[in-house]
Amino acid sequence: MLKIWRLTKSFPLDKFTQRLALNNVTLSLQKGEFVTIIGGNGAGKSTLLNCIAGVHLPDSGRITLDGMDITFWPEYRRSLYIGRVFQNPLLGTAPDMTIEENLAMACAKGKSRGLLPGVTKQEAKFFRDKVADLGLGLEKRMHQKVGLLSGGERQALTLLMATIVRPRLLLLDEHTSALDPATARRVLELTRSIISEHQLTTIMVTHNMKEALELGTRTIMMHEGRIVLDLSGRQRECMTVEKLVSFFTQEASIEVVELKNRA
Amino acid sequence: MTSIALQGTVELGIIYAIMALGVFLSFRILNMPDLTVDGSFTLGAAISALMCLKGSPWAGLPLAFLAGGLAGSVTALLHTKGRIQPLLSGILVMLALYSINLRVMGRANIPLINLPTVFSTWPWLNRWAEGYTALIGSSSLLVLILLLLFGFLKTRFGLVLRATGQNPQMVRSVGVNTDTTLTVGLALANGLVALSGGLLAQYQLFADISMGVGMVIVGLASVIIGEGIIGSHWLGQHLIAVTVGAVVYRLVIAMAMELGMPPTDLKLISAVIVASALAAPALKEQWNLAKRQIQAQKGGGSEDAEDMEADQKLPSG
Ligand SMILES: Nc1ncnc2c1ncn2[C@@H]1O[C@H](COP(=O)(O)OP(=O)(O)OP(=O)(O)O)[C@@H](O)[C@H]1O
Ligand SMILES: [Mg+2]
Repeated sequence: MLKIWRLTKSFPLDKFTQRLALNNVTLSLQKGEFVTIIGGNGAGKSTLLNCIAGVHLPDSGRITLDGMDITFWPEYRRSLYIGRVFQNPLLGTAPDMTIEENLAMACAKGKSRGLLPGVTKQEAKFFRDKVADLGLGLEKRMHQKVGLLSGGERQALTLLMATIVRPRLLLLDEHTSALDPATARRVLELTRSIISEHQLTTIMVTHNMKEALELGTRTIMMHEGRIVLDLSGRQRECMTVEKLVSFFTQEASIEVVELKNRA
Repeated sequence: MTSIALQGTVELGIIYAIMALGVFLSFRILNMPDLTVDGSFTLGAAISALMCLKGSPWAGLPLAFLAGGLAGSVTALLHTKGRIQPLLSGILVMLALYSINLRVMGRANIPLINLPTVFSTWPWLNRWAEGYTALIGSSSLLVLILLLLFGFLKTRFGLVLRATGQNPQMVRSVGVNTDTTLTVGLALANGLVALSGGLLAQYQLFADISMGVGMVIVGLASVIIGEGIIGSHWLGQHLIAVTVGAVVYRLVIAMAMELGMPPTDLKLISAVIVASALAAPALKEQWNLAKRQIQAQKGGGSEDAEDMEADQKLPSG
């Protein structure tokens, strides 16, 4: 379904040096698979998701989705098939427009954007029902501006917007990390139920190892732009947070040793 | 102010309101500081005047609109495809338009005295409402534009156009090319500006190469004044606010001239109005901060202050 082949991406640090954010990443996802990605700061997790979504063009490598080679597609075209929720709650919605209008924009994905009315009566009812399903009481505030919502409410709305037209791939980049623990749990619960309801193929980045092992069907660890661990099935069931942490620190210490040797 | 002068001022305000709606589209809806306006306003006037000379004043208005739209698209193209900063893109097109406008006009000034214009070709209306042709004609056009614009901004395309100015990332993630929305938005904005210029040329019976100078600021002043008076909480209100702002701006200018301000100071006044409106929030904040600092120095908080000084010394010691 999603195939990533030898993806490399570097960012210029200054005129002469580059920072390798993705180093030859190869990854293949089955239909319906739910992958969680962990890794330290700067490991390249966001860069990987941004390359898949088309925010960055990779330096080399290929990306195919359902047999379509999307490597050189512009971001907006990929969005027809890919739903996204960002770490920053401000990035997912238009603040000066109402909840209803925001949903209408998301719901018109893949349809003509002509001079048809933005929101019809029928659609309004559909949106209201969908928002009611979130269980946050937002259905009473359909005509309020999204800018008035809290971060958690916005993330829930963004999640709904990303999935209201069923995406072939859902990308979640630490989408609960800007929320307080209780709200984060709630949004995560929503995420889980929406993904299982529509059986969405999903990649979710998180810093919470417990979350990474509990949710989904497969867990990947990234370090220095490479995939250093890829767990699924029995192997993943046997994995504990402690073992993962030790692996994590080990992986980091290898780098330290390497650096020392070099010096 | 005499009632005739008042009527003239309101008529001018209504014509300028169409231009202000264009500025509103680029500055407020698209959140893009578009300086093409100064050039596209004159472009509209030039084309409209030229068509009057050719004896078809009516054709001048849609042509002005189209030409303005073209100018706006060029600015958008420079910004989206050429990656030139918005301000600079607008300035470049404005500069280019100066030469183009001179070419269109053939000279720096076209008088339209004794030529048929859109305001003089309504004999039935003239008979029925003598002396009010310009007022009725231009305000009907303005109302029509307001309704169309409001309707447009509520369509599917209108929604993503509005979202482009607020969060382009979100627009791309719902599958829409922000280059397209920006281009359509800027074309529409400058189309309205040029239409306003075209209408003004036929109303005041001349087109002049420099009539667009400072038009962005006039438009922005109208937007800011309107927002202050009417508010901008929802879209319809915001559109009406811009219209009212344009008329009020004209009234203020007319009154200042009545009080003896030379017309050559007009641009200075516009600049002062806009600068003070834009700087007001920041100045207010600094004023409040200064007040608090003075209070803190006078008040009994000297012990706290000493503690703070002690704290600050720690790291260096
Ligand atoms: N737009 C950019 N321009 C320059 N450098 C970038 C850019 N985006 C990422 N990088 C660099 O690429 C590396 C990988 O960053 P990335 O954001 O992918 O890390 P991450 O795994 O998401 O980390 P975090 O957990 O902190 O979000 C970092 O060193 C970062 O500085
Ligand atoms: Mg990240």
